[in-house]
Amino acid sequence: MKTKQIRNSVIAGIGVLGVLSLSACGAADTSGGGGKDDKVVLAEPSWVGAQANAAVVKKLMEDELDVKVEAKQMDEPVAFDALDSGKADAILEDWHGVPKKQKKYVEEKKTVVSGGDLGVIGHIGWFVPKYYADKHPDIKDYKNLNKYAKDFRTSESGDKGHFIGAAPSYSQHDKGLIKNFKLDFKHIPSGAEAAQLKEIQRLYNAKKPFLTYWWEPQWMNNKIDMTEIKLPKHTPGCETPEADAKCGYETNQLEKFLNADFAKSDSDAAKFIKNFKWTTKDQNQVAGDIAGKKMKPEDAAEKWIKANKATWQKWMPKK
Amino acid sequence: MSTPTIHEQGEQKAPDAPPPRQADTGPEQHAAPSALQRLAGSPKALLVLLTVLVVVVSAAVSGSGAWPQAWTVDIRTPLNDLDNWLVDNRETSPIFLYFLLHISNFAETSVDAIISLFDSMGWMGVTVVGTLIAWASGGADLSRRALRTGGTALGVFIACGVLNMWQATMETLALMTAAVFGSALLGLLLGLAAGLSDRFERMLRPVFDTMQVMPAFAYLLPLLLMFNIGVPSALIATVIYAAPPMARLTSLGLRSADPAALEASASLGSTPWQRLWTARFPLARKQMMLGLNQAIMMCLSMVVLASLIGSEGLGDEIYQALGSLDIGTALTAGIAVVLIAVLLDRTTSAAGERLDATVNVGTTRLMARVRLAVWGMTAVLLGVFAAIGSSLGEREWPDAWTVDITRQLQSGVDFFTDHLGTGVPVLGGTVTWAHGFTDYLLNPMRTGLLTTPWWALALLVGVVGWLVGTWRAALTGVVCLALIGMMGLWETSMDTLSQVIGGLVLTMVVGLVFGILTARVERVERILRPVLDTMQTMPQFVYLIPVIALVGLSRSAGIIAAVIYAAPAVIRITSQGLRYVDPAAMEASRSLGATSKQQLLQVQLPLARKALLVGVNQGVVLVLSMVVIAGLIGGGALGYEVVQGLSKGDLSQGLPAGIGIVCLGIMLDRMSQPAGQRPRE
Repeated sequence: MKTKQIRNSVIAGIGVLGVLSLSACGAADTSGGGGKDDKVVLAEPSWVGAQANAAVVKKLMEDELDVKVEAKQMDEPVAFDALDSGKADAILEDWHGVPKKQKKYVEEKKTVVSGGDLGVIGHIGWFVPKYYADKHPDIKDYKNLNKYAKDFRTSESGDKGHFIGAAPSYSQHDKGLIKNFKLDFKHIPSGAEAAQLKEIQRLYNAKKPFLTYWWEPQWMNNKIDMTEIKLPKHTPGCETPEADAKCGYETNQLEKFLNADFAKSDSDAAKFIKNFKWTTKDQNQVAGDIAGKKMKPEDAAEKWIKANKATWQKWMPKK
Repeated sequence: MSTPTIHEQGEQKAPDAPPPRQADTGPEQHAAPSALQRLAGSPKALLVLLTVLVVVVSAAVSGSGAWPQAWTVDIRTPLNDLDNWLVDNRETSPIFLYFLLHISNFAETSVDAIISLFDSMGWMGVTVVGTLIAWASGGADLSRRALRTGGTALGVFIACGVLNMWQATMETLALMTAAVFGSALLGLLLGLAAGLSDRFERMLRPVFDTMQVMPAFAYLLPLLLMFNIGVPSALIATVIYAAPPMARLTSLGLRSADPAALEASASLGSTPWQRLWTARFPLARKQMMLGLNQAIMMCLSMVVLASLIGSEGLGDEIYQALGSLDIGTALTAGIAVVLIAVLLDRTTSAAGERLDATVNVGTTRLMARVRLAVWGMTAVLLGVFAAIGSSLGEREWPDAWTVDITRQLQSGVDFFTDHLGTGVPVLGGTVTWAHGFTDYLLNPMRTGLLTTPWWALALLVGVVGWLVGTWRAALTGVVCLALIGMMGLWETSMDTLSQVIGGLVLTMVVGLVFGILTARVERVERILRPVLDTMQTMPQFVYLIPVIALVGLSRSAGIIAAVIYAAPAVIRITSQGLRYVDPAAMEASRSLGATSKQQLLQVQLPLARKALLVGVNQGVVLVLSMVVIAGLIGGGALGYEVVQGLSKGDLSQGLPAGIGIVCLGIMLDRMSQPAGQRPRE
């Protein structure tokens, strides 16, 4: 019995080793199968603005340049990994939300390069609905927030005011701010952007007071009126580390990033993506059609492309 | 089903069992008078009372009971280092070059190959071949079973096309094909090892037990770091998630083979290999088919979740639609997922039934040949379509044949949420109820757990674990609690624990009420069955947003999502338990003139106590698996940490929180799993 067991174990061991050594015959291909040459892969973060960018770029590249484009859904942190490995070729709208990875890949590994500004200006801040700010005009300064904290209480925040925090992957240092300004608020994060949008829609429709992390461009701004709370001005580096943060958010020139090899290839596709630049208004128009009017992204993109030929003509690589 | 000894054990222990903070008040309430009497006389009950006393007094005296700071271990730094190492060496280290990357490249190419196969077959080819396979699985004849299975398949394919989800459905189906193949193979190998060798069985059992309470999200993150985003991570996560049931049932099938048949085979002089092939495998076929069926269902739920880490298909469709609050599209894609589940479930269970029938009845040689021919024809057709399918018309479902129901669905859901949210006269609506639930149950419970000193809580866990299960269960529970403390996650974990308990209470209430109803009223059962099926297979993402519309972004939203997910299983177990109560006992009580209510409270419920406990245990596991999902919609605590770790790719944040959830899971599982009862199958 014993010898049989030993024999079996030996056979099994040899089998496992055999498989392992077989697989070790050659080093694996590290390029990652996703970034095939004939197809351009765009990293598309989950918000609607990014969907609008991707839809327009995809439509134009496929119709005008005859390049196959695939938009893959991924948020910034993941997108940077994908740009590094070549699984994605470009991200069209980066909010500088992952400074650590950006430094690592752009400056140290040099596998990711900047593709220039998107043209859209991103702004993050703290907002209350206008109907509430009209009634209490002095809330617009963050120093007066404590005075009104009791209006913002919910069963989640207990005896403090409820601060609706951002989705997990977004740039944020609100927790630190609330602590450092000694605000009588509790930071309650949203697990996903969709969750936050729905909650704000619900509260706005019910005309309830609420204080939230909010940003522009944002398609919902076409439907709701928000008033910003003034925070101390942003200076470079003032928000890190979060525990010492004492300032608001930077007004961002949203930036494009490209996989280094893709950028170097100097193909029409890479040139086009580098040239791609539009305004907040343009983006909001497409995003509003997608989210507000529930149009399909391709249809919304087509509508914009038909109406704005002069704008996109400039993006085409010169022959 | 159950041997008398186990049953008696359950009988004796259960009255002492209900832990004061646990949710299994169901059985206790109904057995109250006798339980009280026994409580007084039993040393175990006194022990529980004493522990509770210690807990309450110490909580009141100390006021705050967090785990001592000095006893925490810094795991963030090493995890950060590991994280950095992985990112730096992902392309150069030999472990990756010679091993892991082969796996990931293989995964990627195989999924790509299947997708392009579907693509070149065209919609017509996929529909025809799919229907044929289903029909052949059902028996390839004109029997009702075969026709029904084939018809279901045809209907599902057409419905997915009409709903304009063809492309996404094909992507999901391709990922599914690869994942099911992988997990069936892995499960089969592990099951074979565990079924034939006792040592393997002992080694694998705790692994499977842990896997069962482990939320899939906990291992998405490490995979993400190793394999990067995209198909390979999704595929591997799915295989890990779905292989255990297959392995378990294979091993069970091999072990429960009729000894007489084996003996006969041995006495005919067959070698162990021959015995395995000719006797054990055929006898275990039915169990293995059941395992495959379960593995497929788990694959499907995971494939949808995997859209979070960059897989494509229906899950991605749902996730993307949610970004613009487009519930209509999300729901449509959700319906397609449910339809695929129906297709796969019907096909595999028909195949299982047929195998069973052939084993019992035998089959004619003619029929066997016909079946072989049908399978052969399917294979040939597959080849033909792959070669010329795309020239037979469009590759994708023609646009003209689609119906857009997203708007109707959207306005339906909106109407529902608007009116239930605040519009209910007198009662206030769901928003008010949720506030009440938070104020009167969740908040006090969280405060209570946080003010209880850690040692008192550990004592309580130990005592309950020991009384319900064994000393080993008690020890495991305490160790898990200590691990949570050492990782510095005490407060967040207590927050999560309070939510899990809240969710469990609700699940049990819903489960008991509907379980009793379905067990006693035939019509309710028939109406509820498809509803329960849908609740179990509908991807959880779909109802996240409507839930927020109902109760706001809050812990209640997460709990409601958890209840929707966990209640069907509990309802089923309860109703089955009640229905299988010994008919003689029921008859006896009726002849003694018991009213229907008396019968339920004094005969059925006490006798079904064991099933109810299984229900509690299952409820714990399922509610816990929703913690991360709840983190997406305001649940905060551990779930949010995992979500943030996942979306920021931050191992040092996501992994400890994931381990924390697993620890809570194992602890609660051991506390609710009576001794002598092996885990659920």
